[in-house]
Amino acid sequence: MVSTTASVTVAARRTSWADILFWSRRNKTIIGGMVILLALVTVALIAPWIADDPLGFEPTNRLKRPSEVFLFGTDQFGRDVYSRVIYGTRISLIVGLSVALVATAIGLALGVLCGYYKRVDAVAMRFMDGLMAIPAILLAIALITLMKASLFIVIIAISIPEIPRVARLVRSVVLTVRGQPYIEAAIASGTRNLTIMWRHILPNTVAPLIVQATYVCASAILTEAGLSFLGAGTPPEIPSWGNVMSLGRTFFQIAPWIIFFPGIFLAVTVLAINLVGDGLRDTLDPRIARRM
Amino acid sequence: MTAYIVRRLIATIPVMVVVALFVFFLLHLTPGDPAAVIAGDDASPAEIEGVRRKLGLDLPIWQQFGIYAWNLLQGDLGTSIFSNLPVLTLVKQRLEPTIVLALATLFVAVAFAIPMGVLAAWKARSFVDRLVMGFSVLGFAVPVFLFGYVLIYVFAIQLRWLPVQGYRPLAMGLDQTLRSIALPAFALGMTYMALIARITRASMLEVLSEDYIRTAHAKGVAQKSVLLRHALKNAAVPIVTVIGIGLALLISGVVITETVFNIPGLGRLTVDAILKRDYPIIQGLIILFAGAKVMVNLAIDLSYTFFDPRIRY
Repeated sequence: MVSTTASVTVAARRTSWADILFWSRRNKTIIGGMVILLALVTVALIAPWIADDPLGFEPTNRLKRPSEVFLFGTDQFGRDVYSRVIYGTRISLIVGLSVALVATAIGLALGVLCGYYKRVDAVAMRFMDGLMAIPAILLAIALITLMKASLFIVIIAISIPEIPRVARLVRSVVLTVRGQPYIEAAIASGTRNLTIMWRHILPNTVAPLIVQATYVCASAILTEAGLSFLGAGTPPEIPSWGNVMSLGRTFFQIAPWIIFFPGIFLAVTVLAINLVGDGLRDTLDPRIARRM
Repeated sequence: MTAYIVRRLIATIPVMVVVALFVFFLLHLTPGDPAAVIAGDDASPAEIEGVRRKLGLDLPIWQQFGIYAWNLLQGDLGTSIFSNLPVLTLVKQRLEPTIVLALATLFVAVAFAIPMGVLAAWKARSFVDRLVMGFSVLGFAVPVFLFGYVLIYVFAIQLRWLPVQGYRPLAMGLDQTLRSIALPAFALGMTYMALIARITRASMLEVLSEDYIRTAHAKGVAQKSVLLRHALKNAAVPIVTVIGIGLALLISGVVITETVFNIPGLGRLTVDAILKRDYPIIQGLIILFAGAKVMVNLAIDLSYTFFDPRIRY
C-alpha cells in the first residue's frame, strides 16, 4: 500500500504523462481485477432485483435449455440456473472474504508470537507442520463431516488449513525484522514487548500479508465450491456455485449448462482476485516480483 | 548422506504424531456425541449404541487413544463401519487408479510445462511469453471440476475420441488405461502445469542472466545446448521444489477429479466415506495422504543433490 500511494503522489506532483502511463501500466492487472470484482460485488448486492427466487421451482420446466426466459437454462427440479448463479455470487464472496479475514487474523497473531518468542515457536511450529501435512480439502472434509453443516462451519473448516500458511509467512518476516538493530534498540530502551510488536514489527508484515490474503481469498472460494461439488460443503439448500454444479453432475450429458455457467462465474471470480493479488505483489514487493 | 536421511526420517515422527493426534481428537473435540454424528440423523438409539461399541467410544478416552496408537503403529488403520473391512484392504483395492492418475498427471504437467517455461524465458517479453504467462494465470483460476467437464464435452461427447468417464484397469491393457486416463490427467494437470511453467520461466530468467551463460554463448555453444544443458539444469532446484509442492496439491485434486470422471480410486473412497459418514476410512486416508506428502517432501529434498552437486547433506 505504502509504495502505491507513494508513486501516486510522485506522479501527481510532476504531472508527467509518462509517469502516469508507467504507473497505470504497472497496475493494469490490479485495475482489471478490481473492475471485475466490483462488478461481482454489485451483482451480489442487487441480486434480488436482477434475479428471481433462487429456490423457486416449477416441475414443468425441468432441464430447459438456455433461452430468453431461462438465460442459463433450468436444473432437474425446474429451478432457474441464472437466478441461482446470481445468488451464488453472494455465498462465494462471503466465504472468500470471511476466510481471508479469519485466516489472516489468526495466522498473523500466531506468526508474530512464534517469531518473537522462541519457546512458543518450538511447540506451535511442530503443530503447524502436522497440520500442513494434511491435504487442505481432506482436513476441511473431516471437520465438516463431524459437525452439522452450515455456512459458518464451512468458513471455519476452510480457514483452519490456511492458518499455518499465513503464520509461516508472518513468522519468516518477523524473524528477519527481529534481528534488526532498531528492535535491539527498542528492547534496550525498555519498550514493552507488546509495543515493539505493534509499533515496530507489525507494519513490516502488512505488505506480504495483503498479498497473501488475496491468494487465501481465491483459494477459499475454490475450496468451498469444490467441497460443495463433492456434496460435503455448504448445505445443499443454499444456492452456492458448488452446489449448483454438484446437481449438474448426473445430467451433464444432456444439460451441460447447469455446470458450465456457475463454473465460468467461479473461474472469472478467482481470476479477478488472483489478478489483484499478482498486481499487488508486483507493486508492493518488487523483490518477489522479479523472482516470480 | 545416510546420516541425513536418518535424521530427516526421525524428524517426520513428530509431524506424523501431530497428524495422528489431530485425527484422533477431532472426533472427540466436536460438540455432541460422536457416535450419534457418525450413525447419522435418523439412527435409532440401538444403532448409535452399536456404533459406539464398534468404535470403542464407550471406553475412557486415554484407553481409546492407546488402542488407536498401538494399532496404527502396527499398520492397522482401523475398520470401516459399513463394510466391516479393514481400511487398509479398501485402500489396496482402490490404489491402482489413483496412482495411475497421479503419475499420468505428473507426466502431462511436467512434459508440457517445462518446454513452455523454457520457451517463455528464452523469448522473454515476446508473444510466446505472454501466451505462456496468460495460460498460467488462467490455469490457477479454472477449477478442475469445470475444466474436466469442458474436456469431456469437447473430446468425449462432441468429438467422441475418448471415453466419457470411468477407468480401465491396467489388466485390460495399457492402451485402454491410457485412453481412460488421458482426459482426467489433463484436467487435473492444468493447475499444475500453470504452476510449473511459471516457476520454470522465473528460474530460467534468473539463470540466463548469469555470467557463465554469456561465456557459453561466447565460446559458441549451440543455443539448444546452452538452454538445456547449461541453463535448465541450473534452474532445476526451484522447479523440483515446486513439483513437490504441486504433488501435495495433486492429492487434493485427485478427490475432485475422480468424482468428475467417475474413477474408482482413493478419492472416490473418500467421497463415499463422507456421504456414509464412515469416519474410520476418513481417518485412515488422512493419515495415509499426510504420510505420502511427508515422504514426497523428503524425496524432493534428497533430489537436490542430484541437480546441484554443490548442495551436500
